[in-house]
Amino acid sequence: MIGRILLQLAILLLFAPLLLGVITKTKALFAGRVGPPLLQPYFDLFRLWRKGFVISRTTTWVFLAGPVVGLVVPLLAAMLIPFGGLGAPISFSGDLILFVYLFGLARFFTAAAALDTGSSFEGMGAAREVTFACLAEPTVLFALLVLARGAGSLALGDLLGPQLAAQWHGNGGASLGLILVCLFVVLLVENSRIPFDDPNTHLELTMIHEVMVLDHSGPAFGMILYGAAMKLLVLGALLVRVALPVQTGSLLLDLLVFLAGLLGLAVLIGVVESTMARLKLPRVPQVLVGTTLLSIFALVLVLR
Amino acid sequence: MLWLLLGLLLIAGSGIPGLFLPRDGQGGERIACGLLLTGVLICTWPLIGIFCGQSLLLDAHWAVPGGRFVLELDAISAAFVAPLLLVVATGACYSLGYWPQHRHPGNGRKLRLFYGLIAGAMLLLLTARNSLLFLLAWETMALSGYFLITTEDEKAEARRAGYIYLIATHSGTLALFGLFALLAPGGGSGIWPAAGSLPAAGSAVFLLALFGFGMKAGLMPLHVWLPGAHAAAPSHASALLSGVMIKTGIYGLVRLTSFFAAIPPWWGWTVLLLGAVSGILGVALALAQHDIKRLLAYHSVENIGIIALGLGLALLGRSYGQPELVLLGLSGCLLHVANHGLFKSLLFLGAGSMIHATGSREIGHFGGLLGRQRWTGLLFLGGAVAISGLPPFNGFVSEWLIYLGAFQTLAVSGSPLPGALFAAPALALIGGLALACFVKVFGLSFLGTARSEAAAHAQEAPPVMLWPMALLLLACAGIGLLPGSLRPLLERAAQAWTGALPLPPLAPQLAPLTVIGGAGWLLVALLLLVGWWLRRRSAAAPRQCGTWGCGYPLSTPRMQYSASSFADGLVRLFRFVLGSERHGGRVAGLFPERAELAGHTPDPVLDRGLTPLFSGLARLLYRLRRGIQNGLVASYLFYIALTVVVLLTLLSR
Repeated sequence: MIGRILLQLAILLLFAPLLLGVITKTKALFAGRVGPPLLQPYFDLFRLWRKGFVISRTTTWVFLAGPVVGLVVPLLAAMLIPFGGLGAPISFSGDLILFVYLFGLARFFTAAAALDTGSSFEGMGAAREVTFACLAEPTVLFALLVLARGAGSLALGDLLGPQLAAQWHGNGGASLGLILVCLFVVLLVENSRIPFDDPNTHLELTMIHEVMVLDHSGPAFGMILYGAAMKLLVLGALLVRVALPVQTGSLLLDLLVFLAGLLGLAVLIGVVESTMARLKLPRVPQVLVGTTLLSIFALVLVLR
Repeated sequence: MLWLLLGLLLIAGSGIPGLFLPRDGQGGERIACGLLLTGVLICTWPLIGIFCGQSLLLDAHWAVPGGRFVLELDAISAAFVAPLLLVVATGACYSLGYWPQHRHPGNGRKLRLFYGLIAGAMLLLLTARNSLLFLLAWETMALSGYFLITTEDEKAEARRAGYIYLIATHSGTLALFGLFALLAPGGGSGIWPAAGSLPAAGSAVFLLALFGFGMKAGLMPLHVWLPGAHAAAPSHASALLSGVMIKTGIYGLVRLTSFFAAIPPWWGWTVLLLGAVSGILGVALALAQHDIKRLLAYHSVENIGIIALGLGLALLGRSYGQPELVLLGLSGCLLHVANHGLFKSLLFLGAGSMIHATGSREIGHFGGLLGRQRWTGLLFLGGAVAISGLPPFNGFVSEWLIYLGAFQTLAVSGSPLPGALFAAPALALIGGLALACFVKVFGLSFLGTARSEAAAHAQEAPPVMLWPMALLLLACAGIGLLPGSLRPLLERAAQAWTGALPLPPLAPQLAPLTVIGGAGWLLVALLLLVGWWLRRRSAAAPRQCGTWGCGYPLSTPRMQYSASSFADGLVRLFRFVLGSERHGGRVAGLFPERAELAGHTPDPVLDRGLTPLFSGLARLLYRLRRGIQNGLVASYLFYIALTVVVLLTLLSR
């Protein structure tokens, strides 16, 4: 139990920034550039770690609470998700709701920290973040319902358990395919990637996540970046597990498949970001309503 | 049980001594508060007995045609009584600082009299086991509520809210008269039957109950009185009305449905559907409000919707014979009743503290209050996190139970029951919208820079107002972190609701409450640890620089995101039902003149439905009357002749 928790934590803490590096490298390759080194996110985090703070005089303690919650929540949420064939370290009936609501808590404090600066830009980012999250939430629930129906359980550890492979071959295959699309869209929205948000620019009026953290600096900003990377890994783990329900029984092999799946996911995100333009903002709710309908369809398919 | 009766009398009469004391002295309010607290303490004693597994009954002779004077305190009543006592006690202490007698000589004594009276009436209502006694307490509560709403009766807004409330509550009471007449249990004596002892009832009984109790609870199309009433009353009275009084409607529905052995499926579907509608539209309407108390009032509509989702699931569980669904649905429903009582009161008291400091109810006039109202801000933040249903607070636990109930229907196939699955995504949408709304309220009121002169010079509330709020937050955190301790009470309440039907225990494999509590502790510990580290690390950081304005150096507080702009995206999405009005806001040309934007969201049922309908009806009847009563003697003679002819033809047959 303790060993498994430590292993999971080690993967989470050490592997998460690499995903960002892979995405950046993929985008650079598509653009015909060399791009920053693969380990650049680690260097960035290390540099931010040693820096001092610049804190606006309008802010209160809530400004620093945002990064804290943003870092702690993925740590705790990762304990509920099985990393590939490894079982989830903590698993109990109904933990899927805890998983969803933990990220709600992070959203609450990140948005509050943005409003704390009193800047209109950051207020705008916060407003957009909570707006799009509202629309993404029903999709997640429908997807989880589909998985729960297949597993006959309400624990994420069982939902993403060994029965997934059989489900792909059986009646539930079509539904799993549909929710895979939905979960990928939600992953892009939740992690502020193109086509919903642009993680590279800070100052255009169209941004969401980056504009919320505009005023953070030094270790606080490092915590935000690190937390975001871990969130990408945790949500990605869910997606990879649904897409690659391989379970050989060998710990090392399962882990390698899982890590390879995550890297593949990062490359896929990089490809999407290189080949697509950012959506016009009014289109984002339409896409999210579309995925909700798609996930309802998936649920109806497994319920019939 | 006699202790409870003594406490009840002390609470109900707590405002009476003050009537004989001077208008502007402090004696009256202190005596009232002291009596009320004593009463609450005395009532706590039997309540502890209920938590230990007892059930209390008082059966006495009553020289009224209604039969006997029967009071009973069981687990269902206890789930409603416990938050009532806490909210009443904290509100009474809070009012010493919020509504002191010497600053409100005109209405302070009235407020205290009816505050005590409504609390006593609710206590009686929740324990009464006799239709007549129940209706007596119901009416006392309704009328005391009216006087609380119209405390400031010199304001036209309060008078209008009180008037609408009076119409609504009496239409509801009328339905209840019909309901109890139809029910006439126990051969007309008015004593309530035991749970599960009556055969299935006709649809008239259910529809009357849904109208009468739903009106009080504020279920969506019947919520018309609620926003105005909660906005008009003083904050601690709003806390009592919104946190506890509207739950008496839920209590009525829960108690009534417990009488019957068989529940038709459409009862459950109706409650579930109304719950989803109330939940989603209530929170959408809340998002569009700029008045903090109206906003909180609409959140009551939302939370009543969540409670109704739980009750609907439990009813469906009984119709389709799913004991797990009954247990989870009803536990979620009752726990959310208690939770909403706690965090909604906390939020109303926090709002009162802000209004006290700035003299305004508009969110647009606050801003940056956390710097000057450090403790109010912290306590309000706790309430905001709790009402958004986020861990580690209590709102999460009850919503989680309702989710588990909805997920429970997954295992069933071959019946329409899996349709109830849609309660889960509906709840997720409600949760997301509530989060957006409370980020807006907390962020725009307490964070950023002050938007008005009053907010810039706000003062922290006195300790007598802060301690009650701290107590409520402590209760919220307590339920969130130790939910396992409530398991026996919830099990017994569900058992008392179904009567003889055996229910499974609320076992860890069904709902691992202890594990959820443990996860909450872990979350708190990690947050404190990392927070402490970051605080230490940033202690030496200079805090003189301004916020980065993207190159624009002259930013003013008015450039911050406002309440309307924050909610604009979501309000636009819901415009097809909300019908928000926008005036102005467009700028034209390269060098635009001054432009203004104003937004207003009227209540879709009251302002767009009922008010035009009834004023149209009144105009029509006025015209009819003018035609009939036209002042011509000839017409009157004609009416008499007509009447005589009609009578003759009828009688000669």
